Amino acid sequence: MSTEVTTPPRTGRARSARTRAARFLADNGALVGLVLVCLAMFIATPDFLTTANLLNVGVQAAVVAILAFGLTYVIVAAGIDLSVGSVAALSAVGAGWIVASGMPGVLGLVAGPLVGLLAGLVSGLAVAYGKLPSFIATLAMLSVARGLTLVVSGGRPISMPEQINWLGGRVGPVPTPVVVMLVMFAVTAFVLNRTVFGRSLYAIGGNGEAARLSGLPVKRLTAAVFALSGLYAGVAGLVLAGRLGSAQPQAAAGYELDAIAAVVIGGASLAGGQGKATGTLIGALVLAVIRNGLNLLNVSSFWQQVVIGLVIALAVGMDVLRRRTP
Amino acid sequence: MRSRLTRTATAVLTVGLMATTTACNRGGADTADGTAASGAAGDGATVTLALSTLNNPFFISLRDGAQEAADEAGVTLEVTDAQNDAATQQNQLADAATQGVDAVVINPVDSEAAGAAVTPVQDADIPVIAVDRSVEGAEVSTTIASDNVAGGRQAAEALAKAIGEEGQVIVLQGVAGTSASRDRGKGFEEGIAQFPGIEVVSMQPANFDRAEGLDVATNLLQSNPGVTGIFAENDEMALGAIQALGDRAGQDVFVVGFDGTDDGLAAIEEGTLHATIAQQPGELGRIAVEQALAIIDGEDVEAEQSVEVVTVTADNVGDFLQ
Repeated sequence: MSTEVTTPPRTGRARSARTRAARFLADNGALVGLVLVCLAMFIATPDFLTTANLLNVGVQAAVVAILAFGLTYVIVAAGIDLSVGSVAALSAVGAGWIVASGMPGVLGLVAGPLVGLLAGLVSGLAVAYGKLPSFIATLAMLSVARGLTLVVSGGRPISMPEQINWLGGRVGPVPTPVVVMLVMFAVTAFVLNRTVFGRSLYAIGGNGEAARLSGLPVKRLTAAVFALSGLYAGVAGLVLAGRLGSAQPQAAAGYELDAIAAVVIGGASLAGGQGKATGTLIGALVLAVIRNGLNLLNVSSFWQQVVIGLVIALAVGMDVLRRRTP
Repeated sequence: MRSRLTRTATAVLTVGLMATTTACNRGGADTADGTAASGAAGDGATVTLALSTLNNPFFISLRDGAQEAADEAGVTLEVTDAQNDAATQQNQLADAATQGVDAVVINPVDSEAAGAAVTPVQDADIPVIAVDRSVEGAEVSTTIASDNVAGGRQAAEALAKAIGEEGQVIVLQGVAGTSASRDRGKGFEEGIAQFPGIEVVSMQPANFDRAEGLDVATNLLQSNPGVTGIFAENDEMALGAIQALGDRAGQDVFVVGFDGTDDGLAAIEEGTLHATIAQQPGELGRIAVEQALAIIDGEDVEAEQSVEVVTVTADNVGDFLQ
């Protein structure tokens, strides 16, 4: 591009190019962040940029990413789901229990997501028809689901059958959790972008009252959104159980916060109406890369939590600033 | 303007949420009552067992041991679960004091916070026995705990022997700042220092959690491919590390855990876990209740009693599997 600024049309083009670049950076802040973090890790340690390690990062991001995809629907529709970690554990334990009681292992694969769906549906009904704020309804579900997990498992891990353990294995050279993550990503991106259901969620999140007045079945959609989030949590729970070879009653505790962080780092707004599957995927990868890098660099345990907290604050803070500038 | 405010507020809320982690998950008491048959020692007495959490097989075994001792003596055991929340435990102890039980066995959520929590119990002239973790800032009748420092040393010796007293090892640490992690880590460092051929190349936290143990071990093996030994400060993390090692566990890389949980013992039998340092949670619970009954009967007991920890390997795992 020429540095000359003699003729008005050129100036215009130069400016529009610059504006476009600026807009790209603004729209893809999370991606830029991911690239920067990866670059920093690459410079800091040669172990980072190896195929094996990158696949590890993918595996380590998978469970949180799947939870976060489900949460993206909820957050786009201006809700929040705090129960996903507990529901994931309940789904895994439920699947394990069904198999342990003599049912075929394949049934566990169906039962896990189904348990998640039911738990999510209960939260969804409480939000849509019971008029509970989603924060409260899912906070209650967080506790109920964790409690039921303990009741069903008796507080002890349940070992998983082959049919579920393959979720923690490999498909050819690629780890299965990464495959599941990518499939769930594709489904989420398709639903949010290409279906009436997905587009309706943006309308509800943008302005619920306007959506209702324009004829959208807001209540039914809201209930469905939470059921969907529960379904994703069920899948995530099975993947986690598959990786560990067992359903742990205390598994995925606190993952809801990582998942929320992933969605928000990915550019979604907790006020609703904004959020993309790509952003969420990137957000989950950012968290995984940071955790992986801190291990590779052998950062002290006391500092790791500080670093992760700061990164989340920074990501969200930048996002808030970005939205402020037109 | 309003939506901008909302967004800022929600952003702040997210960060706040990250900070409070699972603080919202509190409350709840689980009462498992023993059969109140007639017995010798504390005939018809009631003992409260205030547990830090039941969300952990270790404390379930501890409760089972305590229940057994209570059943034998024919006393009622009331079990409360603080769900790892110190404030909940304080409330539960206050309830026990009001209720006028005959003795309280406390397994503190937090040693420091427990000092204030046991005061109302002691004011009601109810003897307090600490189990597994100590109570700071108040004098309890007796403290019954495993010797975690000695256990750490035993773990170091077992690992050193397995890898031929030389090579690189990594350590998976528990929750930063907890006494279990501190003591086990301290014991391990003391123990491993006896072997100049062994280098600890990395120490990283995996928070006593199996999934985190898997991730952290995977990452550390990436940056330290020459590692031949792994010490995990509990069995859950050790099992995660074994998952990370795959076929190499027990072949090229030896893993030593801590706790002697059912899953850990099974892994020793399979040959994937080299050794674990078995605490005896059932024994902790049983002795705690027995001491409580002795105190009710007016006997003198020692201020501190440590329950032995045992190095479990393939040689003696049969004695521990039920």
